[in-house]
Formats: sequence, structure tokens, C-alpha cells
Amino acid sequence: MSAWVWFFQLIQGVMALLLAPLLMGWMAYCRARFQHRRPSSLWQPLRQWIKLFHKEVVLAELASPLFRVTPYALFGILALTAGLVPMVLTDLPLSGAVDVIALAGLLSLARVILALAAMDVGTAFGSLGARREMLVAFLAEPALLMVIFASASLNASTSLSKMAATTLDRGFYLYPSLAFSGVAFLLVLLAENGRIPVDNPETHLELTMIHEAMILEYSGRHLALIEWANALKMLVYFSLGMVLFFPFGLSRGGSGWEIALSFIGFIIKLLIFGVALAILETVSAKQRLFRVPEYLGGAFLLAVLAILLHDLLGT
Amino acid sequence: MPHWNPVPFAQQLLDLFAALLLLIVFAMLSQRRILTLIHLFALQGMILALSIADSAWLTHQPHLYYSAALTLGLKGVILPGLLRRLIGRLGVVWDVETLINIPTTMLLGIVLVIFAFNLALPIAHFSHTILRNTLGIALASVLLSFMMMITRNKAVPQVIGFLAMENGLFFAATSATYGMPMVVELGVALDVLVGMFIFGIFFFQIRDTFDSLDTRKMDHLGRD
Repeated sequence: MSAWVWFFQLIQGVMALLLAPLLMGWMAYCRARFQHRRPSSLWQPLRQWIKLFHKEVVLAELASPLFRVTPYALFGILALTAGLVPMVLTDLPLSGAVDVIALAGLLSLARVILALAAMDVGTAFGSLGARREMLVAFLAEPALLMVIFASASLNASTSLSKMAATTLDRGFYLYPSLAFSGVAFLLVLLAENGRIPVDNPETHLELTMIHEAMILEYSGRHLALIEWANALKMLVYFSLGMVLFFPFGLSRGGSGWEIALSFIGFIIKLLIFGVALAILETVSAKQRLFRVPEYLGGAFLLAVLAILLHDLLGT
Repeated sequence: MPHWNPVPFAQQLLDLFAALLLLIVFAMLSQRRILTLIHLFALQGMILALSIADSAWLTHQPHLYYSAALTLGLKGVILPGLLRRLIGRLGVVWDVETLINIPTTMLLGIVLVIFAFNLALPIAHFSHTILRNTLGIALASVLLSFMMMITRNKAVPQVIGFLAMENGLFFAATSATYGMPMVVELGVALDVLVGMFIFGIFFFQIRDTFDSLDTRKMDHLGRD
């Protein structure tokens, strides 16, 4: 039995690695469609990374080992987190090892490493991007933690597997506090993944870029790994949101059919999420950087309100 | 396992509406544009009407349906329409107001919400209506609208704050006592409507006298 479970853990890891570029491709496809452009193929991100893997790496002369290690560390951390969040099965052997607060910690560890590496070479853009990233991060993190606390107090656990199982046991139930923290989570997701109101993933405009400024010095396989890690981060955030707010469809083991159904459910949720995000990115404009504190302050506020409402309305 | 007792879906929906009302007041508090403010106000009226209709269904009180219809007509359609025409006439449709630091206002708002929730807790224990939990939310939205009136310095947002406060009070009345008698409700509705007309006349008076709708300029009334 235990070997079987570990096998599923492995399968989920591989699935996450493959689904992440496809998710990116799907979001780009939807966005292009909504903006009346001709969409590129779903496989485009994967193709691009494969191309990058074949190219040579150009390193700055002053680059320290930190700069070279970062892409691997980043990819490793995010691949690990992708294995920790329940995507198809609620109970994974690794998900018992780390609860959701530690997961937030892992994500911020990845961010700190990348910011340090961006400052390492000493170019203006790198440190500019790193500072901006840390500005966004230090505002987004409390909001994310508040969202997590709201869900945790509702489900009386901080373990993702247990939270999902409790919500599944309870069945469909309208919680105002969950609605609030769901919106807050969406705002944090957009900010942390460098999507449109905070950062535009498509441009290299020096006035506005955050993430792209940090990885400007990277090339070849390093760049591919960082981009892949970034796609994994999106997938991790998405599945985290699914576990916290809509775990319905997750399988608790059982027969192979049930697991296959759960997998299909996960893909459908992913597709819907991609469309929703593309709509959101098409109708909204990028904000000025100095508006970001306001935006993330709003997310924090919503999450705190969620906790307060949970206290007031109770269960 | 957390203990939780299942409540009917209508009750869940009511809690959700109450929470949405609170959310809209916060959105109003952070909104700079007057037109968006009016849209938010219309949305607030509609959700208020929905929540009253829901509580009518939940408690089998048919007179609340009339109240809901009245709210929907007056606060969801007529008042926002009047306000929109007014700002069109005044030429302040795209007016953007400078506010005191929005995050600070938000944090103050959270403090107010905590205060209101704690205040409502002992009152809710005495009440036996099933809507008593929402009393805290109603109180919080009254306080927040009041704060909105204080922090704004243009006349139109202040009036919207006032109307939002009235919405909050109305919600408090429904959640604490299953609604007031029909005569009172009609009276209040009429008062609000008349008040709105008077405000409309005032706006023009203020603008003619001070060349602006900024109420801070009224401080210098005696000096000219």
C-alpha cells in the first residue's frame, strides 16, 4: 500500500512539471484570443525552454556561485512545493511533512534566493527588480498568511490534506469568510505571480518590470529553469487555492476510476482558471507601482475581515 | 474536527449577503471616483433588497417582501439614477477626489469593524431572531459609512455616505426585529427621497456660492 502511495506522489510531481508549462501556454492562448491576436501553440513555453536548454549559458565575470546555484535551488524548491500540495489525491505522503504555513515559508525562501541572485551581479536592473519584488512580497505575505489563518480556523487544521478532507466531509457550504479570503487570495496570487495589475509578464519595459528585471542577466538553461520554476509557482498557487476554497473533486484514494475522475476534474478546473485569469488580465490595466501597497493592503483587509466574520457568524 | 451545525441554505445566503454589504462599504471607503461610488451604492441597495427578500422567505413574513421591493425600487434604481443625473448636471462625473491615505482609512475601518462586532455581541445574545448574527455587520456598516462622511471633503460623496448609512440602519432594523411596521418603512423611504431632492438643491446652491463642491471651503463663510 505504502509503495503505491509513493508512486502517486511521484506521478503527481511529474504531472506538475508537465502541466506547469501547459498552464502557461493555455493562459497565453486565452489572453491572445481575448485580445484578438493569433494565439501561439499551447506547447510554446515548453518549446522555448527546450531551445534555451540547448543554448550556452553566458555568465557575468563577477557572478558569484550564488548566481549560478540559484536557478537549480529555485527549481528544486518549487518542484518540492508542487509535490506538497494535494492536486489529485487529498492524502500524499509528503503533504504530512509540511503544513501550509511552512509552504508559504518555502515560497518566500525561493523569492529571497532569487532576489539575492538578482542583486549579485550588480547591474542596475537586477537590484531594481529585486527591491520591487521584495516590496510586493512583504506586502503580499501577511495577506497570504491571513488567508491561510482564515481557512485554518474554519477547518481546525493547518495541514492541507486535513483541510481538504474536512471541507469534503462538510459538503458544499456557503461561508462568507471563505468568499472574502478567496478574493484576498486571488489578489495575492496575481501579485505574487507577477500578473497584470502588479507586473506585466509580457514586457521588458524598464519602468514597470519586476520579475523580468530580476532575471535579465540569466541566459540558457538557467533562464529556462527559472521560467519553469515560475510556471510551477503559478500551478502551486492555483492548487493551493483549490485546496483552500474548492476542494470538491479531489479524490481520497479509493479506486483507480475515482483517481482518474479526480485528475480530469483537476484539468477542468485548471482550464477554467486559465480562462478566468485571462479575462481578468484583459479587462484590467497595470497599476502604478506606488498603487501596489494600496492593492495589497486591500487584500490584507479582506483576509482580516474574513477572520473577523468567521468569529462573528461562526459555524 | 471542528463542530459545526448545518443551517439552511437561505440562512447561509443571508450571511453571505450581510458580508457582501460590509464589503461594499469598504469598497466605497476606498473609492476615489464619484461615478463608481454611485454604482457601488446601487449595488448596495440591490443586495440589501435581496437580503430582505431572503429573510422574508426564511421567516415567512410576507410584509418583508413589500419592504424588499420598496428597497430595490428606491435604493437600487431611483436614488442612484437621481444621483447620476445630478452629477451629470453638476459636471462632476469624472471627478477624482483626493482622500487621506487609503490604507490608513482601511486600517481604521478594521478597528471600527472589531469595535462594532464586539459591541453587537452582547446585544445579539438578548435577541432571539435568527438574523441576530448579522447585527454586528449592520452596525459596522453604519459606522463605516459614518467614517466615509467624515473623511470625504466633497459634497456628493458625503451624501452617498449618508445614504449608505441609512442602508446600514435599515439592515440593522431588519436583522434585529424582522423589519419595522409598514407605515414607518414607507415614511422613512419617503424621507430619504425628499432628503435626496433637498440635497440636490443644496448641491447647486453650494456650487453657486463657493464655485466648488468642496465643503472645506465653507469654513470661510463669514470672511467675504
